[in-house]
Amino acid sequence: MSEILTPEEIIKKGELVFKKTKFMTDANLSYCPGCGHGVAHRITMEVIEEMGIGEQTIGVAPVGCSVLAYDFMNIDMQQAAHGRAPAVATGIKRVFPEKYVFTYQGDGDLAAIGTNETIHACNRAENIVIIFINNGIYGMTGGQMAPTTLEGMKSSTSPYGRDVSTMGHPIKITEMVAMLPGVCYATRHAVHKPGLVRKAKKAIRKAFENQRDKKGTSIVEIVSNCNSGWKMTPVDANIWLEENMLPVFPLGDIKG
Amino acid sequence: MAKVRGAIVVDTERCKGCDLCVVACPTDVIALNTQLNGKGFNPAYPANHDACTGCMSCALVCPDMCITVYRYKPQKEAV
Amino acid sequence: MEEVKLMKGNEAVAEAAIREGVDGYFGYPITPQSEVIEYLMLEEPHKRTGMVVLQAESEIAAINMVYGAAACGKKAMTSSSSPGISLKQEGISYMAGAELPCLIVNVVRGGPGLGTIQPSQADYFQSVKGGGHGDYKLIVLAPASVQEMSDFVEDAFVLAFKYRNPAMILSDGLIGQMMEKVKLKPQKERLTEKEIREKYDSWATIGKKETRERNIITSLELKSERQEKHNDKLQAKYREIEKNEVRYEKINCENADYLLVAYGSSARICQKTIQLGKEKGINIGLIRPITLWPFPSDVINEAADKVKGILSVELNAGQMVEDVKLAVNGKIKVEHFGRYGGMIHSPDEVLEALEQKIIK
Repeated sequence: MSEILTPEEIIKKGELVFKKTKFMTDANLSYCPGCGHGVAHRITMEVIEEMGIGEQTIGVAPVGCSVLAYDFMNIDMQQAAHGRAPAVATGIKRVFPEKYVFTYQGDGDLAAIGTNETIHACNRAENIVIIFINNGIYGMTGGQMAPTTLEGMKSSTSPYGRDVSTMGHPIKITEMVAMLPGVCYATRHAVHKPGLVRKAKKAIRKAFENQRDKKGTSIVEIVSNCNSGWKMTPVDANIWLEENMLPVFPLGDIKG
Repeated sequence: MAKVRGAIVVDTERCKGCDLCVVACPTDVIALNTQLNGKGFNPAYPANHDACTGCMSCALVCPDMCITVYRYKPQKEAV
Repeated sequence: MEEVKLMKGNEAVAEAAIREGVDGYFGYPITPQSEVIEYLMLEEPHKRTGMVVLQAESEIAAINMVYGAAACGKKAMTSSSSPGISLKQEGISYMAGAELPCLIVNVVRGGPGLGTIQPSQADYFQSVKGGGHGDYKLIVLAPASVQEMSDFVEDAFVLAFKYRNPAMILSDGLIGQMMEKVKLKPQKERLTEKEIREKYDSWATIGKKETRERNIITSLELKSERQEKHNDKLQAKYREIEKNEVRYEKINCENADYLLVAYGSSARICQKTIQLGKEKGINIGLIRPITLWPFPSDVINEAADKVKGILSVELNAGQMVEDVKLAVNGKIKVEHFGRYGGMIHSPDEVLEALEQKIIK
């Protein structure tokens, strides 16, 4: 016959199974309620903690909602110009090859203004990890059309929906760079459900292990929400993500 | 066999009331408080705490790292 | 033993970089400075010192690679020519804002636009007035010989690290392409990670130890009060540089009646003009600013008390002349003479211009 414990007794007697990693600072995240950035930040830093590489890791966060990532990630960080994170990361990694270097970029940053830097860093097999948050919109500047905005999707610069005949198609940059021999691992994940968070974290771990093993560039795309930009509640945004984003950006390994 | 029990602690001042933990919880433990926190959000709280199994689903999807999870396995104590 | 070699200006910069113990060179080809990266690739400095040489996909990528490496406390540099330097301006502004030391070499060609591949000094404004967005300054050194192309690499890094500020060598196609005898400096060791930690652990992103707070390299400050404070700090640093680091050369100034002000290749040409003047009985002096920023304003102001007029001689349509006029502050007549679009003035042309515009 098991005893009936109160929650307070469970907290006292039980095992602590989840708490915020010390590699995230105590600062309140500047992201909107329900934004996937928080989870993506956290699992990245959990991987760094679990691999014991915090003292050897340098992160690069360029312009976008996550430009302030250095306020939240408790490691040495560099803020980069819009789109230039893979070049900045190249500079770090080339002069400090024994360090772990990652970029944390949004879709506007990585797949529009930074396409050149992204493709060429991948093509040179720069031994870095690219974490790519794809929410199909420019969040920071107020919901403009991104290169990944879906066909027909409304944004402040495609107010009648993205017309692919004049505005281009949603770009699948992870598939594109997966074609390059320099990329050892290209994979797409999401973080809006507990099981998916676990899988995404495993992928990030694998990416950092690839860097440790000097295998080349790893890119982990995370399809995320932007409830403010999409003008939905967080819960509705995640349902919309499943129904609309994932058919265009299907989850799973693309390479490696 | 005794059931695994869990408990959560929510940092209600950090919480932005996004509701994602409420949806993620498989045993309907969490609800949003009708009282606002200092930031003006309705923070999450364990409304039905006894149902908690400590599965961590809420903590895994919480974007703001507001939730700490504890788990208690009674059979361990029997040994 | 002293090592002397016959080298192109561009090659001299490259060899000096290896000997300076530079950790990383990131560049992109453009005429008339491609010999810098070509020389480095041929020399394989990774075998000599461990120095990294990388041909980037663009000038934009190259300057951002410099940003990443410099932010780790490493000696990093890039080189380019005018159109390429325009592309780098965003990165240079970010580096000035984030207070990162580095060396940028500009082997200037004629513009605007794609312009010409021939020598020019038309990037003076871009180099000394900022160039990119925001209130910032580069430390700008102007070599007038292949020897100075070599020597200024060390000087630029010393200044860049002393003030945590980007430094530029502002050369041109003439100095970059011509060959002269160069006395080379001895090889310096590159700094080890331990040495970098000892020197720059207070700011460089080399991995956060438990014993210190994280280091953040950024030029972003969303709160205007704090952004203004940051700008105040930069301005105070710039005043300090202006106080301490002005460099110039005075030639034949003692009893001169007229003064030429010229830098780089123009200054070389003006030295011949001084001789030609002597033959005609005109006593001409020359002030050659070596640092274009900080500009030798005080020296020019003092000199203005002793001469009848000043001619600013430049390979452009009149840029440094504005700083000369500011220095002179209306005391005497200041005029500009220059050829541009890749054309180079002859010593006779300069003398003729002095006679027409100043002496009359």
